Amino acid sequence: MSTQVYTPSRTKTVSPSLWQRLFNQEAITAYIFILPSLIGFLAFFAIPAVRAFQISFTEWNLLRAPKYIGLENYQELIGDPVFWNSLKVTLQYVVWNIPLQTVLALFMAVVMDRVTKSMAVRGILVMPYLMSNVIVALIWLWLLDPNLGFVNLLIQKLGLGKQPFFVSLEQAIPTIAGVNVWRHMGFNALLFYAGIQSIPKSFYEAATIDGAGEWAMFRRITLPLLRPVTVFVLVTSLVGSFQIFDTVAVTTQGGPVDASRVVVYYIVQNAFAFSKFGYATAMSVVLFFILVLVTLLQMRILRGNTSDLSS
Amino acid sequence: MVETGMAGSNAVRGWDIGRILTWVLLIFLIIVTIFPLWVVLKTALTPTRELFSSPLSLFPENPTLFNFRRVLGLVSVEENVAAGGSGQSINFMRSVWNSVVFTTLVVVFQTFFSALAAYAFARLKFIGREIIFFLYLAALMLPGAVLFLPNFVLIKNLGWLNTYVGMIAPFALMSPFAVFFLRQFFLSIPKELEEAAKLDGTSPFGTFWRIILPTSMTPIATLVILTGIGAWNEFFWPYLVAGSSDTMRTLPVALQYFRTQTPQGSPDWTGLMAGTFLSIIPIFLLLIILGRKVINSLQFSGLK
Repeated sequence: MSTQVYTPSRTKTVSPSLWQRLFNQEAITAYIFILPSLIGFLAFFAIPAVRAFQISFTEWNLLRAPKYIGLENYQELIGDPVFWNSLKVTLQYVVWNIPLQTVLALFMAVVMDRVTKSMAVRGILVMPYLMSNVIVALIWLWLLDPNLGFVNLLIQKLGLGKQPFFVSLEQAIPTIAGVNVWRHMGFNALLFYAGIQSIPKSFYEAATIDGAGEWAMFRRITLPLLRPVTVFVLVTSLVGSFQIFDTVAVTTQGGPVDASRVVVYYIVQNAFAFSKFGYATAMSVVLFFILVLVTLLQMRILRGNTSDLSS
Repeated sequence: MVETGMAGSNAVRGWDIGRILTWVLLIFLIIVTIFPLWVVLKTALTPTRELFSSPLSLFPENPTLFNFRRVLGLVSVEENVAAGGSGQSINFMRSVWNSVVFTTLVVVFQTFFSALAAYAFARLKFIGREIIFFLYLAALMLPGAVLFLPNFVLIKNLGWLNTYVGMIAPFALMSPFAVFFLRQFFLSIPKELEEAAKLDGTSPFGTFWRIILPTSMTPIATLVILTGIGAWNEFFWPYLVAGSSDTMRTLPVALQYFRTQTPQGSPDWTGLMAGTFLSIIPIFLLLIILGRKVINSLQFSGLK
């Protein structure tokens, strides 16, 4: 019973001591309520973040005790051409993936908005996003197979040359990027579509009266007012894109040679195939700082979360 | 209600060239989305030996369910090899079961514990409330790539490799997004509801369980759908923690494993596509049964 709240003695309390504030009934309840989440937060977010730094200063194969080696992992990393290559390849992937995915999604959203509000159409277009990366990768591994893949046979039927796609040094990364464009396009389009729905129609009507064309309306109204959605889509997909792993693991496994050995794939390889756990962790720490930098830069360029609608 | 979007303003113009062209574009996008899935089904229905004979046809010439049967383990190894299969088996039903268990546990625990915390952050007064909530939000920014190695060590030291507990542990107790998302909603519930319960002498947990949760079924359903889709598709963590165990692989992990078994140089495409198609069926069902809800949930995930 908490009727005591209304008794005079309680209301007269001017400033309860720290002890009372820490251990009144409400606070105790609150601590019990947040306890499971706090354990999860500490065990799987906060402590690992600190641990990652610690491990990166050690040599460790997970079997014996880790040995402190100072900055040696970072020194090794600077001289590791495969690591540099993995950063380069990851960046190539991002540069192929993000612009294509975002522009096509925006295009898809505008097309949807123009002709239909149908849930079924949106459902179909978002379907690839509901499938696991592994499934999507398998589908395209088959469709783009150099010998039997449907797409490749179609290309040949159209009189064009056979394309190696995943098994080519030059094409591996663009192909992997394309596969993920296919998976994410519909989902990002859904986000843009929802954003477009929140733009007041009167804006377009006014512009039409002023004689503005389609392209002008898109550039002057739709695009600026979609900025918060664009920022969200770009920030989340960019950070995800830098951490590409699943598709590579299913399709090329880093190959041919190192052509698609993206950074997370190389980290996993070092940790689990080469038993260089400390070294792998040092790489993940570097990746972390790259991601922080990318996010900050991007926030700056895109001028944060403000919509022109509110300004 | 203010009318929004561009669509309506053009509707008045009727069927001009632009509109027809836009429809053509949309239909093209739909084909690009659906056609690959048709090729998957076609391949799955093709007898392995005929895979080379008519690869460009749109329909299998002698459709068979044999590939589905062998993926589901309903065919003996001898029969399998005789039909041109790899003889490798995929423990498909087992991996479906693992995926169901994994997804259910993650969704139930994560939603419940996150809701409990979100309620405390939204309604209860305690020292450290702001700072802890801020730290949770900061965790939203931590990329998985920097957390997975220390997390792996922890799970290994706890002896949880190749167990459900190890697979769900990093997801089960909270997700920063879920706490944030539910707190926002709980803040919008009128306080009077709880005050009444308090006067009736309901315990804080009783208030949470009997008043807050039932009033919040809509956002909770949204969260369950988003978390569920994420968990069902999760590959990386179950792959690291349980990928080496024959009996613990989830569906995506089992499919990846099946793909890497390349006995004759080239993967067992008909079997792989049968497995792939079976894995897509739950997505079709989800969209058919809960389509509107799923789409609204996904749209919502971008409108923070």
